[in-house]
Amino acid sequence: MSDLTAEPDYYQLRLYVAGQTTKSLAAVSNLKRVCEAYLPGRYEINVIDLAQDPQLAASDQILAIPTLVRRLPEPLKRIIGDLSNLEKVLIGLNIRQKPGET
Amino acid sequence: MPADATLPLTLAKSQTGIVGFDEITLGGLPNGRPTLICGSAGCGKTLFATTFLVNGITQYGEPGVFISFEEREHDLVENVASLGFDLNHLIATRKLAIDHVRVERAEIEENGEYDLEGLFIRIGFAVDQIGAKRVVLDTVETLFAGFTDQSILRSELRRLFGWLKDRDLTTIITGERGEGQLTRQGLEEYVSDCVVLLDNRVTDQVVTRRLRVVKYRGSAHGTNEYPFLIDVDGITVLPITSSGRDVRVSTEIVSSGIPDLDKMTRRGGFFRGSSILISGVAGTGKTTFSMHAVNAACSRGERCLYFALEEGPEEICRNARSIGLDLRQYIEAGLLRFEALRPNLYGLEMHLARMHRDLDRFKPDVVVLDPLSAFRGPTFEVHATLLRMMDLLKARGITGIFTSLTLDGEQTDNAELGMASLMDAWIRLMDIEANGERTRTLYIIKARGMSHSNQVREYQITDNGVVLIEAYLGPEGVLTGTARLTQEARERSAQKRRLEAMERRKRDIARRREAIERQIAELQASIRAEEDETSMLVSEDDAHEDALLRSSALLAARRGAAE
Repeated sequence: MSDLTAEPDYYQLRLYVAGQTTKSLAAVSNLKRVCEAYLPGRYEINVIDLAQDPQLAASDQILAIPTLVRRLPEPLKRIIGDLSNLEKVLIGLNIRQKPGET
Repeated sequence: MPADATLPLTLAKSQTGIVGFDEITLGGLPNGRPTLICGSAGCGKTLFATTFLVNGITQYGEPGVFISFEEREHDLVENVASLGFDLNHLIATRKLAIDHVRVERAEIEENGEYDLEGLFIRIGFAVDQIGAKRVVLDTVETLFAGFTDQSILRSELRRLFGWLKDRDLTTIITGERGEGQLTRQGLEEYVSDCVVLLDNRVTDQVVTRRLRVVKYRGSAHGTNEYPFLIDVDGITVLPITSSGRDVRVSTEIVSSGIPDLDKMTRRGGFFRGSSILISGVAGTGKTTFSMHAVNAACSRGERCLYFALEEGPEEICRNARSIGLDLRQYIEAGLLRFEALRPNLYGLEMHLARMHRDLDRFKPDVVVLDPLSAFRGPTFEVHATLLRMMDLLKARGITGIFTSLTLDGEQTDNAELGMASLMDAWIRLMDIEANGERTRTLYIIKARGMSHSNQVREYQITDNGVVLIEAYLGPEGVLTGTARLTQEARERSAQKRRLEAMERRKRDIARRREAIERQIAELQASIRAEEDETSMLVSEDDAHEDALLRSSALLAARRGAAE
């Protein structure tokens, strides 16, 4: 892992949700789908349920739910919503090409 | 609202601890409901909210949460430190939680459906952590800049306010003043329980802060605009017009400190709690009269608050010493306090506000305002301010002594007349110029509730204070100054002459009496001499007769013997 995070192409993502709501579940599944398709093997998703860990909301400045935070690669980015627009997710996370198309 | 208090369904209220505000709202903000505080930038919204939280903690034992959308925690702590609020200590003792919600439009991208559950969780977490009863959201409108989907935002805010209400949290939501509506985003639509508007107005380069309760569902409240102060003591709101007219009326008489002046009224002084106006042109000793009153009050052991608008406390003490009054001892004893006001530093409202606070703090028995005339402004405004000031004093049963500078000449200006109608007693000090000299005179124009002398009296300011002089009232009119003195001298010599003449007549009579008595004695003596002579003659006659009788008897006897 640690060697992977040093790589410029490695994606460290955090998805903040609150309980098992429709929006949360949709966001989780949408994100997983994008990552599997475009970032196989070079991503990690950390799903944080604020319903269980409310203290984490303040430290990451979370307001909207769901919120996706791209911690790596820098700079830090936030996308809010259930990630239903695939194109926008790719643009938002700066994922331009599929691997292999390089 | 005493009637309300007896009703079981009275709206519960949370006191803000802000002086005056709890009076206007008859108890504070609606308990367990959101209140919107709106106003333009710099009008004190954040301070109001912070004060509400801090007072909640320190005075009412209700922990509070501050959700700041604008200022960082550190800045917030620093900003209110000048007011003596130690937020760090409150945070450390788990009475206060501050959460800075940073909304950065550039960092956020929207994709699909979302809600603001994160904000709910943060507030909920902060509240649960310290068991908060009070919450401040400052300024929630910042959210509108952070999210593009306004319809989500609006429905979420509506949900948020409902949620806060369900959790029974007394909440202050601040909002920036908008064009044509109370807040830019129309937050007043969502917060329907209580809306307070703060205002910051500049007139003639003088700032006046005002507060108005726009609405308060389920409760009566003062509807006026009330001035409020922000200074080292935090926020003070002045419910000045809330003072009713049912004031305590005293029949007790207090001395003006000048015995001669007291004697000019039938009751020997003025009513406690009345307002007394001392008006006069420059140099008639208006301040001297008020010093006397202060001295008299303090020597009775009463508390005195002296609002000095033109002179400093040191000057007044020094000047008082020159007429034999030691005011410094009363300052040291804590009975007398000077408040120096600068008339043009604040607007009238602010002055009134300050006085109001000072009155409540010092709780004086006598208040001096020297001079009233230093307040400048539109006549109606000055008049309204003074009326309220007098209401303040009357409601507290405080005796008010006001001095007023009048301009030279006979005519009293409108302001003075306006003021005078509010006053219970009015002493007019005058300068009479005649025979190349100036003489100070005074008379009582009115003294409500007691008869008083109608005389114009001359007075002098001596080393022992103000002394009234018996006026010369003669067939030649009222005379003052040297005219009085010469007239008195003239009268004295005339009287002397009269006395001498009287003496002379008495002596004459005595002499005549002696002469007559002498005559009587002489006559009596002569008559006595005559009587003596007569009686002597009578006895001689008798003797002669006897002798005759005897000789005739002898003769008869002889004759008979001879026959």
